[in-house]
Amino acid sequence: MKSLHQLVERLSALDSERCGGLIFDYQPMPGEVEVVQVTVQDREELPIYLTMADTQLLCICYLWGESEVDPERRTALYAAMLDMNIPMPLSSFARIDDRFAIFGALSRDSSVEDVALELATLSDNAVDALEAFADYLH
Amino acid sequence: MSGILSKMMTALRGGATEVGEAIVDANAIRIYRQELVDARDHLAKAKESLTEVMAEEMRCAREVQRLEKQVAEHEGYAVAALNKGDEALATEVAERIASLEQELEAQRQARTTFATQATSLKAQVQQIERTIHAHERELSIVQTTDSVQKATRSIGNHFGSGNSRLYSARESLDRIKDRQQKEQDRMQAAKELEAAGPEAQLEEKLRQAGITKSQSGANEVLARLRKKQG
Repeated sequence: MKSLHQLVERLSALDSERCGGLIFDYQPMPGEVEVVQVTVQDREELPIYLTMADTQLLCICYLWGESEVDPERRTALYAAMLDMNIPMPLSSFARIDDRFAIFGALSRDSSVEDVALELATLSDNAVDALEAFADYLH
Repeated sequence: MSGILSKMMTALRGGATEVGEAIVDANAIRIYRQELVDARDHLAKAKESLTEVMAEEMRCAREVQRLEKQVAEHEGYAVAALNKGDEALATEVAERIASLEQELEAQRQARTTFATQATSLKAQVQQIERTIHAHERELSIVQTTDSVQKATRSIGNHFGSGNSRLYSARESLDRIKDRQQKEQDRMQAAKELEAAGPEAQLEEKLRQAGITKSQSGANEVLARLRKKQG
């Protein structure tokens, strides 16, 4: 995959079956590096951000902020997130600045179908994670 | 071990997360890139030397074979001369054999030297290949951190500019669940209608088209009561 632009063009041409029945909308964002905001229909609150790093394609979905974490349950939350990291298909938990996120990293050589599967799985994982970890949040 | 992860962790913990402050400065990336270019250059040279040394080793091996054959041949000649009783010729051949054996020894030593050099160069090539792999990994870590930081800044600006808002986890979850529930209800209603048969479906269509009225609404009730009063 040479550029995000090219990737988005090919993603847009895929039918929704390839995207796990989800409907994605792609919007490039201005900035120092190319970032594309992927809005998922009916899950507009949980957009996915696509960006091309050196050797990988990153798909990032922000989940909650530091301030939303119940301080008394912080350690338990961390442990639960680590416990879930491997069972969770294709995605992993992360923290970027003061926000917790869920992300998937793909090789830049991945096929457009692989990227679509990644996005669909990531979106499902994100909704699931909000539900599963709600107890640890305010 | 390059310890690049420890360095990144120190940088991240160091609080270099204020807006506009990069954990990875452009200079660091340039240095890592240059190291990689140098290492690749080094590898190309080491491989070239290895090829040369291996060619020399092969040349020596061929020479050793050739000399061994010549020595054997001349030994045959010397024996033949002795059998003929020609002592002088046998001595001449023996001198030639001695000279060939000296040359043979020299070539054997050279072959051993080249073989040792080739072994050492092969180890060197492997070492450089490992270094390149390590540098590529380091560069990947540094550049990924850099890209994510820059991307985060763009995303932050996007939310800051009022184009979109960031929902809390609870809000997001509630909104998504609510939507899912509505969708489920809609599908359930459609299913029930389907099950109710064509008559009910026609009634529903007429009602939706405003041709027939559904059960009287509040407005109709009020109108009816007013009419009664008046």
